[in-house]
Amino acid sequence: MKFSRIIANTGEWLSGEGPNRQIVVSSRVRLARNLRNKPFPGWAKKAERLEVMTAVKEAVSRLPEMEDSFSENLEALSPLEKQVLVERHLISREHAAKGVGSAVVMNTPQSLSVMINEEDHLRMQAICCGLQLENVHKMIDRVDTELDGQLEIAFDDTLGYLTACPSNVGTGMRASAMLHLPGLVMSDQINKIINSVNKIGLAVRGLHGEGTEAMGNLFQVSNQTTLGETEGEIIGRLNRVIEQIIDHEQNARALLAQRKAITLHDQIGRAYGLLSHAYSISSKEALNLLSIIKLGIDLAVFPDAHRFPVDELFIETQPAHLQKGAQLQKMTSEERDSLRADLIRSKLAQVPQPDISRLTISTHEPPETT
Amino acid sequence: MQCDVCQSKEATVFLTQIVDGKMQKVNLCEGCSKEKGVNDPTGFALADLLLGLGDSQQIEKTAASNKCPVCGFTQADFKKTGRLGCSNCYSVFAEGILPMLKNMHKGTRHTGKVPAVHAEQRERSEKMKSLQESLDKAIADEEFELAADLRDRIRQVEAELAK
Repeated sequence: MKFSRIIANTGEWLSGEGPNRQIVVSSRVRLARNLRNKPFPGWAKKAERLEVMTAVKEAVSRLPEMEDSFSENLEALSPLEKQVLVERHLISREHAAKGVGSAVVMNTPQSLSVMINEEDHLRMQAICCGLQLENVHKMIDRVDTELDGQLEIAFDDTLGYLTACPSNVGTGMRASAMLHLPGLVMSDQINKIINSVNKIGLAVRGLHGEGTEAMGNLFQVSNQTTLGETEGEIIGRLNRVIEQIIDHEQNARALLAQRKAITLHDQIGRAYGLLSHAYSISSKEALNLLSIIKLGIDLAVFPDAHRFPVDELFIETQPAHLQKGAQLQKMTSEERDSLRADLIRSKLAQVPQPDISRLTISTHEPPETT
Repeated sequence: MQCDVCQSKEATVFLTQIVDGKMQKVNLCEGCSKEKGVNDPTGFALADLLLGLGDSQQIEKTAASNKCPVCGFTQADFKKTGRLGCSNCYSVFAEGILPMLKNMHKGTRHTGKVPAVHAEQRERSEKMKSLQESLDKAIADEEFELAADLRDRIRQVEAELAK
């Protein structure tokens, strides 16, 4: 499959349906695996990396899940193409920095992707929309089991799956959910939530994982520890915490609507006004304002039909996505800011003005009984 | 109670320290407590001891000769990068890694998924172990007919393993 087809379609997780879709943007589970007694990518020589890559790529390509897949060596991708994959969360920023000896394989719906020779020989992930970590884990677990028969995976009876960094040893699993929390940010409660989540051994991070800034009121919550608990226990713990954060976010929104109605209306109105009339806008400002529009859709101030186009803008306004049409010449940031504003204006022209009289606070969707 | 450091002598010095709201306990024998400078509480952090950093000099001494035979990685490389060289490094540097894992994770024993290949091997080796124990007991009890039968079964499992 051609890379142009990957570029042309955003992933399934953006357009799909899932539980708690309004607040939980996506659920992701990543597994780290290595081949036994082969030097980890960070320590391996080029020839060793190539050998591992060839073996792993062949095994991955043979998976039934990867029947119609995109597979490419990292050195064959342009910096812009790599950045598109990073913005879609299909590869990590660390992986994008790799060259010869690393590769990526993903399926057409972009729900499964395998990074070869990132920090570990294999980093495979599944991503879906909404809060459904168990399902997402099942998807990637099946791939893992299939690969297990074909590759000699490093596993120790006591320590479990052996990884390049001791912080991933055991299950090698990192489960995470991307949460949209404008209510908690606007009511200044977000730091309290982040602190208490950190205290119970879970990590809260920005849009693109470790060390990144929170933009667009998007936060990634994930497990910090991988040894001493089963995969099910880790996901269960994470789920319970996320359910609570969802409750807090719903409450924060309800309180804002009741006690700070004018501030809330004002923010939504201003976001709409700015985005509809700006001729130059940075990526950060765009995300922060789009987040308020998204909140407006959740609160029925804008018709629900515009949910997907707005969600899509979160991705389409990122630097590499903006430039993917004009792939040859590299754009300056001023050019990007202007192109971004054009794109947003044209999309928002379809969205009617905010109708504050329709503002309703939806009740918390009941959690799935499992 | 045994000393946490030398794991052989009886512990006589019991230390409790609270760091970041977490309680840490260490039990030491007299010799180790002196060696670690426990008598001088100001210059002593339990976390360092638990992490194995308190006796880093000692680790480095043994580590200088410690090199992973599979990939050539050393303890010094680990200190520099925070990553290991290959899966075999976990057994070569176990002494330094295990205490670290204790601080990093919820436990020190993997309780999650076991790959099918391993599960089978584990089952076989456990079966072997129990057969061997029964055999020893049968011989001790002078039940030679049973012993002969057990010996045949062990050979059978061994043949399966060799396949």
